[in-house]
Amino acid sequence: MIDKIVSYFSYPFVQFALIAGVLIALCAALLGVSLVLKRYSMIGDGLSHVAFGAMAVATVCGLAPMTVTLPITIIAAVILLGITSNSKIKGDAAIAMISVGALALGYLLLNIFSASPNVSGDACTTLFGSTSILTLSKSDVILCAVLAAVVILVFVLFYHKIFAVTFDEGFASATGTNAKAYNTLIAVITAVVIVLAMKLVGALLISALIIFPALSAMRIFKNFFSVIISSAVISVICAVIGIFIAILYGTPVGSTIVAANIVVFLICLSIGKISKKA
Amino acid sequence: MALIKVSGVSLGYEGKAIVTDLDFEVNKGDYLCIVGENGSGKSTLMKTLLGQKNVVSGKIEFGDGLKQNEIGYLPQQTPVQKDFPASVKEIVYSGCLNGCGLRPFYSKEQKKRANDIMDKLGISDLASDCYRELSGGQQQRVLLARALCATKKLLVLDEPVAGLDPVVTKNLYRLISDINNEGTTVIMVSHDIHAAIEFASHILHIGNKPLFFGTKEDYQKSDGCHCFICDGGHEND
Repeated sequence: MIDKIVSYFSYPFVQFALIAGVLIALCAALLGVSLVLKRYSMIGDGLSHVAFGAMAVATVCGLAPMTVTLPITIIAAVILLGITSNSKIKGDAAIAMISVGALALGYLLLNIFSASPNVSGDACTTLFGSTSILTLSKSDVILCAVLAAVVILVFVLFYHKIFAVTFDEGFASATGTNAKAYNTLIAVITAVVIVLAMKLVGALLISALIIFPALSAMRIFKNFFSVIISSAVISVICAVIGIFIAILYGTPVGSTIVAANIVVFLICLSIGKISKKA
Repeated sequence: MALIKVSGVSLGYEGKAIVTDLDFEVNKGDYLCIVGENGSGKSTLMKTLLGQKNVVSGKIEFGDGLKQNEIGYLPQQTPVQKDFPASVKEIVYSGCLNGCGLRPFYSKEQKKRANDIMDKLGISDLASDCYRELSGGQQQRVLLARALCATKKLLVLDEPVAGLDPVVTKNLYRLISDINNEGTTVIMVSHDIHAAIEFASHILHIGNKPLFFGTKEDYQKSDGCHCFICDGGHEND
């Protein structure tokens, strides 16, 4: 078994998959804590569908997917996270609306215009990621690394501000922190992470990558800093385990990573329950 | 000049005024209590003072070198905070953020000041406890400490005792009084007219239009006061 792993490791595509997987999982987990606490758990789902729709448009127009997907997803994220309680359509309804709408239109476009003989197969690949992480090129990995570095840097530099805006937006803006700007910042990096994560787990499973590590960490830890750190650690471990199992047993990468996250969540849930009783 | 001078201000939503012709000023060291019924515009007035809303007409001026980001604010609790994993220290420190500017981390002096404030409010030994597991009174102290970190001059409190039991309420009022006696100006929005009369130096009673503004001694003699106390009806003194 060890021999098998080592031999797989000599393939560049396995190395690329691991690097990209770890970086994406790390970014998703960092953001996830803030998004879950702000009651935006579904934003991953919503934005990934928007990204799917955008990708469909890109495919139809024959453009490079990234150039269309990234800006459209960023715009959608800013709109969704910018919608406050004051607006006529509440946050969750807005997310549901945009998400379902984009998904339906994307699939419709693919069906009408695509030249490919297997449209539902294509859609399935985009939605569930299937094996695309194993087909990454070197430039994909570099792009991934740069964007991940930006996300992590932003997170470190603005850590205290992100905490303040997540915990109490009213207080933060009343005392002179530009809450709107930081919300927009969170929205933009969420969009970037989601577009990145689509490669790894596919559009449908991105939510899992964002919410599971955060929820697992919150079962056990009781301050923001340890929740952030442990959520990042959990996410990276699950990604590595998931990728290894996927390669060894030929399972779909995305679903395997999510399955690993579910197992870890259940473990954390029990630990949390037990330590509460003790 | 007064710390805050409000002249001819109308407030409201989407250009529709709900309070008109507000005129009052807050001087350094005052303890102003804003009272009024639900929907009378108390919260709107407070949000406007905090710079989160624009006036429909009129003018609000800050004097004494008070800047918009030097106001400490004790908001009502939000549902998000009920299951938020944060330690007391993290929350209190976050009050120092307005002094950070673009600097990403807190300075030593800021941390020291925050620790001193926690000492003063008697929550130092809770510093590494989880906020969501504290009692209501302790949570309010934490938020008060955070508000104090954000200001040396002016503290704005939004219904600080909502949902607290009488003993804890009394202690919190006393604490706020002490803070006021040490020179911090306090503006409190409250339903609690009795506490307002007991602790405040000035009262602003609003209800669509300003019904009363002045010192509490004058207020007790006014009609508005008697009317409000009787209508409130939960105490007959």
